[in-house]
Amino acid sequence: MKEIELQCQPDLLYDGEIPSDVRTEELMLNMGPQHPSTHGVLRVVLQTDGELVLKATPYIGYLHRCAEKIAEKVTYRQFTPYTDRLDYLAAMNNNLGFALAVEKLGGIEVPPRADYLRVIFAELNRIGSHLMATGSYGLDMGAFTPLVYCFREREWIMDLFESASGARLTYSYITIGGVREDLPDGWVQRCREFLDYFEPKITEYNNLLSYNHIFINRTGNVGVCPADLAVAYGGTGPCLRGSGLAWDLRKATPYCRYNEFDFDIPVGRGQNGAVGDCWDRYFVRILEMVQSVRIVRQALDKLTDGPVQTKVPRIVKLPAGEVYYEVENPRGQLGFHLVSDGGTSAYRLKIRGPSFCNLSVLPVLAPNCLLADISALLGSIDIVMGEVDR
Amino acid sequence: MYTYERPKVEYKGLSLTIVRLATKWGAIGIPLLLRFAWGVFFAAVVAVVAFVWIVGRFINPLLPWFIRDVVVVVGLLAFVCIVAIIGIWGERKVSGRIQSRLGPMRTGHWHGWAQSLADGLKFVQKEDLIPRDADQPLFRLAPYVALVPAFCAYLALPFGVGWVFRSADVSLLFVLAMLAIEVLGVIMAGWASNSKWSLYGAMREGCQLVSYEIPMGLSLLAAVVATGSVNLIELGEVQSGGWFSWLIFQNPFLFLAFFTYYIASLASCKRSPFDLPEGESELVAGFHTEYSGFRFVMFFFAEYVAMFAVSALATIIFLGGWHSPIGGPSSPLWFVLKSTFLVWVQMWVRWTLPRIRIDQVMHACVKYLLPFTLLLFLGSSLWQLYDNPAHPAFKTFAHLLHYGLGCVGLLLLGLYFTGMGYGYYNRNRLVGQMARKHLPGA
Repeated sequence: MKEIELQCQPDLLYDGEIPSDVRTEELMLNMGPQHPSTHGVLRVVLQTDGELVLKATPYIGYLHRCAEKIAEKVTYRQFTPYTDRLDYLAAMNNNLGFALAVEKLGGIEVPPRADYLRVIFAELNRIGSHLMATGSYGLDMGAFTPLVYCFREREWIMDLFESASGARLTYSYITIGGVREDLPDGWVQRCREFLDYFEPKITEYNNLLSYNHIFINRTGNVGVCPADLAVAYGGTGPCLRGSGLAWDLRKATPYCRYNEFDFDIPVGRGQNGAVGDCWDRYFVRILEMVQSVRIVRQALDKLTDGPVQTKVPRIVKLPAGEVYYEVENPRGQLGFHLVSDGGTSAYRLKIRGPSFCNLSVLPVLAPNCLLADISALLGSIDIVMGEVDR
Repeated sequence: MYTYERPKVEYKGLSLTIVRLATKWGAIGIPLLLRFAWGVFFAAVVAVVAFVWIVGRFINPLLPWFIRDVVVVVGLLAFVCIVAIIGIWGERKVSGRIQSRLGPMRTGHWHGWAQSLADGLKFVQKEDLIPRDADQPLFRLAPYVALVPAFCAYLALPFGVGWVFRSADVSLLFVLAMLAIEVLGVIMAGWASNSKWSLYGAMREGCQLVSYEIPMGLSLLAAVVATGSVNLIELGEVQSGGWFSWLIFQNPFLFLAFFTYYIASLASCKRSPFDLPEGESELVAGFHTEYSGFRFVMFFFAEYVAMFAVSALATIIFLGGWHSPIGGPSSPLWFVLKSTFLVWVQMWVRWTLPRIRIDQVMHACVKYLLPFTLLLFLGSSLWQLYDNPAHPAFKTFAHLLHYGLGCVGLLLLGLYFTGMGYGYYNRNRLVGQMARKHLPGA
């Protein structure tokens, strides 16, 4: 791994006279791969001047598991569990993206009930994922309690997922041709109960964390990412919407009947500083949870009886060709570029991870931040290393 | 397959004798001792008193004072350890309840009361780890430099009239000075660990503690001006006679000084929202990143000991010390109770607020807290100038304000208890259905 070269230069920001016998030097600080606020095994090499960060270089690859190569060796159905492990906080959404890509190439139609179920599970997982992001962002800011509150609510989502799919983190529930199984008895009722319980809790988070004066001071005007910068670096999801751009694939290129639902795209407005600061990125997630609750309610109303799967052979064979399909994940646009040579497994599968692209903006935003702002920045970008490294 | 076999221990010599005695006679002796525990205890007390009397009467009249000192220091040490142990356990229970969890529940059966003891035992057994490149002597010394001064503060801290190890005329200054020395141990630890994260933590601690010492001292000076003494016993004794004679309600400047003192004391104990020196999400664990085992325990203890010490100081100076709020007999129990309440508020704040950034910490001190406490000091001095029989009109005004502030204090207390009651009666709703399902005790 290339070591970052240490530049010995006089203090950039100190105006006063430095005695001739005092030599100042920048400090190279190795943040990670084991660090509590890098959200996994990210390593950031910081060049610091006291508490001030002059340069931040992320080094990735500590969680590389050759997911794309594995896709070339296993059948399409067998690859679904591997998509769980990409963004392990939003496994349903990953399953959905892969299933849609395969279905598009294979021309597989999905029954309406499966479509609504997919929407319900994708949105519930978006809530779960944003809860995790919100809570751990509080933890990054030194507030431990919101994390536990968020986990408390996420637990309910986990229970719902568990009763439907049997798993709590890696579901493999949304598969090619629909969803794996139908809902168990009383699931819809429990889901409604959860939504009724969860909606007022969002206000609680806002009172506890979002509108907290200290929190606003820590995150407002910190790590400001203007819209053009976000677009230039391929930022998507809350990182793009936090910068004030109302771009959401669920509206722009609706999949899974998202066009039937009534919801808004929350964007950052710069209420507590410049548009695109950490607070905006954080708050967009809170607002998205509200929208997700709206979508799930509508989808539960529309849920019709019928099959949840089309008849797809156990070993799927796709015609030769290629397809690129993107879905709106909690962290941004997850894209699958699938090339098939007509066989039972992909000739090549390229995954576009939203966290990877969002993380690339870190070296641009980090200079002239304080050391504590780095964790604020990383937390607001909300990366999942499983997806950055794949 | 390789299996680890525990080497057979063969006892020899003295250890053989001890083991034999313990296995053979312990089975008889220990139950016997327990059966007559109170008798043995009283006999020991009588024996010690007799011994001390004989020594003082026939051998050396100063020796009993020496023995008294030793006994009191050992007692204080025990008290300090108990404070730390209960504090750590309390912190975990408080955080648990605030976060709709239960906290430790198993060790020792009753609400996991023995959790800290078990943790302490575990820490004692840990390997004595020192990083290879660490500055060994400093690394070893640092925990003591952090813990011992925090303990020394208790030497001058009165728990009541006569309940003090040494009643010095400058006890307030002594306590403040001792609490300030702790920073030395922290900087030592940060430097000696030879880790950049530790160094950052230590530097932050240095910046923060040195700057917050000033508003902390100035807020206390406002009270010193009002009473004309830096002797903690005298400061406590002027507040006898119930709620309204507490120093905090004497004038508005003292009322505010209590809060500025409390904020500054949070910073000086490295408590949230000023816990930057050990901010775990930024600096891994700050200055004690490289510490483990018993050395870590000493830093941990130092924190809780200092927490209780600053709360005790606030209690003595502002909240009537060992005097009861309803005018009954004064007692050290009142003192401990009020200090514990302040410690609980520190925990409450910690589990509620996010952490401040280092530049904001310094700005808050230099730009706001410092000028504000200077003003309070000035105001308190001016108040003393006018609050005397020579200015009868001012006297009436002062009286009104004094009782008004007392009522504000009662209101705050009432609000606190109302909130408590509200939380208790709605505990099922507030905690939520999910938690109710998973937490039987919530």
